[in-house]
Amino acid sequence: MPDFTRRFDVLIIGGGNAALCAAISARRAGASVLVLEGAPKFYRGGNTRHTRNMRCAHDTATQHLTGPYTEDEFWDDLKRVTQGHTDEELARFTIAQSKEMLSWIGEQGVRFQPPLGGTLSLGRTNSFFLGGGRAMLNALYLTAEALGVEVVYDAEVTDLDIDDGVFLSATAVFGGQSVNVRAGALVAAAGGFEANIEWLKQYWGAAADNFLIRGTPYNRGTILRMLLDHGVQEVGDPTQCHAVAIDARSPRFDGGIITRLDCVVFGVVLNKHAERFYDEGEDFWPKRYAIWGRLIAGQPDQIAYIVFDAKSLNAFMPSLYPPITAPTIRELADRLELDPDRADATIAAFNSAVVPGSFDHTILDNCRTEGLTPPKTHWALPLDTPPYYAYPVRPGITFTYLGTRVNRDARMIMNSGKPSANMFSAGEIMAGNVLGRGYAAGIGMTIGSVFGRVAGRTAAMTVRN
Amino acid sequence: MLDLTSAAYPSPLPAGGNLAEAERLMTICNACRYCEGLCAVFPAMELRRAFTPGDLNYLANLCHSCGACYYDCQFATPHEFAVNVPQTLAAVRADSYAAYTWPRFFSGAFRRNGLTISLAAALSVAGFMMAFMALNDPAVMFGTHVGQGAFYKIMPHGAMVAIFGAAFLYSLLALAMGFRLFWKDVSPSAHAVSLWEAVKDASQLRYLDGGGVGCMNENDKPRDRRRLYHHLTFYGFWLCFASTTVATIYAYGFGWHAPYRITDFPVVLGTVGGIGLVIGPIGLLLAKRQRDPAMVEASQTGMDTGFIVMLLLTSITGLLLLVLRATPAMGTLLALHLGFVFGFFVTMPYSKFVHGIYRFGALVKYAAERKAS
Repeated sequence: MPDFTRRFDVLIIGGGNAALCAAISARRAGASVLVLEGAPKFYRGGNTRHTRNMRCAHDTATQHLTGPYTEDEFWDDLKRVTQGHTDEELARFTIAQSKEMLSWIGEQGVRFQPPLGGTLSLGRTNSFFLGGGRAMLNALYLTAEALGVEVVYDAEVTDLDIDDGVFLSATAVFGGQSVNVRAGALVAAAGGFEANIEWLKQYWGAAADNFLIRGTPYNRGTILRMLLDHGVQEVGDPTQCHAVAIDARSPRFDGGIITRLDCVVFGVVLNKHAERFYDEGEDFWPKRYAIWGRLIAGQPDQIAYIVFDAKSLNAFMPSLYPPITAPTIRELADRLELDPDRADATIAAFNSAVVPGSFDHTILDNCRTEGLTPPKTHWALPLDTPPYYAYPVRPGITFTYLGTRVNRDARMIMNSGKPSANMFSAGEIMAGNVLGRGYAAGIGMTIGSVFGRVAGRTAAMTVRN
Repeated sequence: MLDLTSAAYPSPLPAGGNLAEAERLMTICNACRYCEGLCAVFPAMELRRAFTPGDLNYLANLCHSCGACYYDCQFATPHEFAVNVPQTLAAVRADSYAAYTWPRFFSGAFRRNGLTISLAAALSVAGFMMAFMALNDPAVMFGTHVGQGAFYKIMPHGAMVAIFGAAFLYSLLALAMGFRLFWKDVSPSAHAVSLWEAVKDASQLRYLDGGGVGCMNENDKPRDRRRLYHHLTFYGFWLCFASTTVATIYAYGFGWHAPYRITDFPVVLGTVGGIGLVIGPIGLLLAKRQRDPAMVEASQTGMDTGFIVMLLLTSITGLLLLVLRATPAMGTLLALHLGFVFGFFVTMPYSKFVHGIYRFGALVKYAAERKAS
């Protein structure tokens, strides 16, 4: 147990990728570092546990990356997915720094591998962690501890003593004890608030009760709330979160990657009234991946059913739960507790609206419906080959966008517009600066590593000056 | 309202039986795939969508128990998905050894394997001791013998060849029959094999390194040395085997009979191999004791320990025999050494020894699958 009578140079709240990058870089810059992780040891690392890759710019192919991904291309991608909801200076800074991150992260003991099966589309842009996010965390913790970083698990921070933008101390509770932790600088890397259902309800109302949280149950936003209440400027749309369609049978929290379903294109999606409500053939992954969570959140009871037939059963990545199956649409509807007549009518109407084409799920093909509302504009095939299958789906919340505004030193900006003297933030808690909307695979980890490293280094320098 | 948490749907929580649990885990892992860079098991899994018992036995025997996937898994216990691939595949593997046993009525030998092996060793040693005592004059048994043919003053060469030849041939037959059952189970349809790739993978223990980071045994730190200890054991074993083979050629081809001089080829091979076969098994035993209890498949502990101790006793008695062969202790040590070697030979098809055979078979299949995909 660390000696709490001393004053640490740098206190880091949080225990994921951003927190550990900050801890390692602060320690390497000569600071004494304490990490307070709110989760128990197994669950350490927030949503980093569930990640698998990071997106870094690089000018040439590498051992594990199939081709170059220039800063300009990265910037174009970011502009597109955020629809301009980004701070260009910070975004360009992130992208420029991301080039160094591949080797820097590697030097901290993290290993990479070629892209995973089923993710070949990311083979050029994203670097995959050997063994996934928890393996990455294990390597970072090993390095941090070898450097002398002190880590306390199950340590919930209940209060921050902040005076006019200057961090003085934090109150942490662990093992039934309340401890005052003093430090010269604070790095807040404690994630977003997506696991705080009450907070989500402020924007979503009762619908949030039907949301499933894909990641850690520990991201309750308590640190974010305290910082905003102490006059830190907020950034990002507080009402928005990243949501995808996941299996409705998934656990309420922490189901992770294995509950995702990406078979919307192969069938139709019905709501609880057995009606279609959106064009299932609109676009490719990842765009469709990111919109369907939101679409289902807008349906009654936040539930929907992806219905497909035997032709498509093996056409997509297997998922955790088996599909619900029946020999006819009516019986399938019965099992899903949908009105069989309406389900049958919806599928019949869809089938008769499909015009013949040549199916190719790798392009925007010419299989579509005619005279149907909403249409299915690509990959439309009649559902006519029994048995029939369905996956029930709900919105799966990945992360929230609301965060603390920072500058390129990762220093928090106060409501007055003045940078804080000694408070920094990194990771999901400030990702909204760069990613104000949308998502691109692996970008959360890039923001976390880049700003974690900067925050740690700058915090250490601040304390020493 | 549809109850989405009820038992109306197959649950991903543990069901009965090791194969059922392995099937549950492979379904989870196949939807995740984060571990596919760690070893051969996960890429082999990805070639399938559903898992027959044969598939699961194949994957279980492909697993080298390096432990990396347990510490890398975000769904390991205490997560409600309770994923523990090393432990579950170890249990399936142990079951598969019993299932492939030839002849069938010996399959119970795997149930309390530590006891089986201990009994076989004790009986074998006692048999040699009693036979030597009964058939030799005490003056011969406890006398000092030097020079060519010294060992055969205790036990005639012909008898030694007959007894060990018969035991060895029987074991080879039983192992071959077991392998046949294994291969029929994991490869119901014929396909090309890729021996050379598998020989390389097995001889390097390519998949006992956590994908390059190293193995994990005690905790999440990749500081395990089982690969080194296994190499010492494995190559030590083959050097000892080579020593015996060379000695046989010397005896039948050239009429040169044991004991050989210290600098002779069979003694050099046997000594170097024997030292490996002492250090390796001790290292493996210690690693076994230090293993994270979360990954230990308790039903396998007796089998593992029995086999490792058997190798260790064989090598220790062999080295002692070398050191003390010109003393009155030679007769007793010879009985001990031959007893352990005989016990080892006859229990080969009924001990952890089979892991090498089936794992090699699994590597052969994997190499072919990798080539085909």
